Amino acid sequence: MSDLADLYEEIILDHNKNPRYFNKIPECANRKAEGDNPLCGDHYTIHLHVENGIVEDVGFEGSGCAISKASASLMLESMRGKTEAEATTLFNGLHRMLTGEGATENDTTDFGKLEVLSGVCKYPMRVKCATLAWHVFNAALQDTESNVSTE
Amino acid sequence: MAFINFKHNGFHHLESPPLHSTGVGLMNVKRDFPILYKPVHNQPLVYLDNAATTQKPQSVVKALYSYYTAKNANIHRGVHHLSEQSTIAYESARDKVRQFINARETKEIVFVKGATEAINLVAQTFGKLAVKKGDEIIVSELEHHSNIVPWQILCEQNEATLRVIPMTDSGELQIEQLEGMLNERTKLLAVSHVSNAIGTINPIKEIIQMANQVGVPVLIDGAQATAHLGIDVQDLDCDFYVFSGHKMYAPTGIGVLYAKKKILETMPPYQGGGDMITRVSFKSGTIYNQIPHKFEAGTPNISGAIGLGAAIDYLAVFDMDEISTHEAHLLEYATNALQQIPELKIIGTAEHKAGIISFVLDDIHPHDIGTILDQSGIAVRAGHHCAMPLMERLGINATTRISFGLYNTITDVDRLLDGLQNVLRIFKPN
Repeated sequence: MSDLADLYEEIILDHNKNPRYFNKIPECANRKAEGDNPLCGDHYTIHLHVENGIVEDVGFEGSGCAISKASASLMLESMRGKTEAEATTLFNGLHRMLTGEGATENDTTDFGKLEVLSGVCKYPMRVKCATLAWHVFNAALQDTESNVSTE
Repeated sequence: MAFINFKHNGFHHLESPPLHSTGVGLMNVKRDFPILYKPVHNQPLVYLDNAATTQKPQSVVKALYSYYTAKNANIHRGVHHLSEQSTIAYESARDKVRQFINARETKEIVFVKGATEAINLVAQTFGKLAVKKGDEIIVSELEHHSNIVPWQILCEQNEATLRVIPMTDSGELQIEQLEGMLNERTKLLAVSHVSNAIGTINPIKEIIQMANQVGVPVLIDGAQATAHLGIDVQDLDCDFYVFSGHKMYAPTGIGVLYAKKKILETMPPYQGGGDMITRVSFKSGTIYNQIPHKFEAGTPNISGAIGLGAAIDYLAVFDMDEISTHEAHLLEYATNALQQIPELKIIGTAEHKAGIISFVLDDIHPHDIGTILDQSGIAVRAGHHCAMPLMERLGINATTRISFGLYNTITDVDRLLDGLQNVLRIFKPN
């Protein structure tokens, strides 16, 4: 069961139970995107208020498993207040961490709290749960208004 | 390995053994399935995802091996020994299917990839011809996507309307509504025998009778029925009955379309190619082969058909009633036990159910439940079960589903119950 404890860390369970910025649309929201994981029916919409290149406020709606919801909550907490460039760097870094793609020796991204998401790497079927909200966030940031799908 | 484990708290009323056959019985069937002895995450496997696909008995695996090592050749065309052997094996599998569902004639059995292809075949041949602008096709609210989308495509092509038999909150079709839905514009009624998502056994005989009275042909999606209930298509008197091999202990990629001869003979071909023709000419045109070959263009899944025949032989060792009774016992035991968990709600509580239980556990997402159970070697399904309209109707996004096969035991259910306690320990520590 030690593996399961890596996946369902206290902080993940906490963010699942009490997701931050959940069911909340920022007053001055000016960007949004939606995303689905058609395999499991997870669905999230992320709203952003981006002003002068800074992610001023965030919010999300939708439903999904503990991993996807906690990931969305943790991410938005980290993204709030970041510049668009910082947010993109963090997105890329996390994507590398979770998918193991293109990780480099001098990858020095400090994930802080987000490090807890690394436990999902051992569960290939669940990586998409963790990355869904991140892709939706990235689409919202790019202001593409596209519908993101994990498939 | 003991078959029955009564140690689980509070179910002493089930103290009589579930059933016993006169002959081989279901006592040791697990032994026939090598994969059930492969540990998963260092734990003995408990396979409760039989509605997705069943495991294969050694005899089916052996049949494939012996086909490829002793009989492999293309069918219906070679003059040589192996081709003859292969053709005999393939056609004898067809006859085994006929016997299995009690069809009148072997030519009423068309081999396809699976239930999905069979439904698409009917939609694009029979349906395309019969359904005109303004006509109606009836399905039900609890169908699998494979018995919805082919009809939606047909309705779009032919400007017809898809109508839906509604369901009650407990997951039973509101048959009393059907009479008002059947009319002169109704060109087909397509309904599942057993719901893959919640296990309801639909009253198909009654439905078929209602439709037949007004001359509406009926297609039954038997994907979830053939491994669990005895099927008699003559007694049912349906026009089409479709099913997949892999859900009844046979390989993937083989399935069956049964259609009454008089209908099959009027249907245009589905795909063109070799074996489905009698003669091809640029000058005088092409003449199609007789049924069922007319609907089997190209080299078919020969080994799959032989594997399906072997699975039918395997099932013939038992009595289908014996299998139904065994699974009904597991269903009753599991239902009672799951109802003791206060945080758990069973989705689908129809009076007549096959060995399928869908449930939600508090607000814990089925995927998390599935992952945690998997770590204990327990395989279940989590999600919408390819029945999104059903989920929409019930107002839920996903369920966890367990589904029994003939090799499951009370011990498997007890392992599941322990696994669910573990889920609760992680998510609801207080």
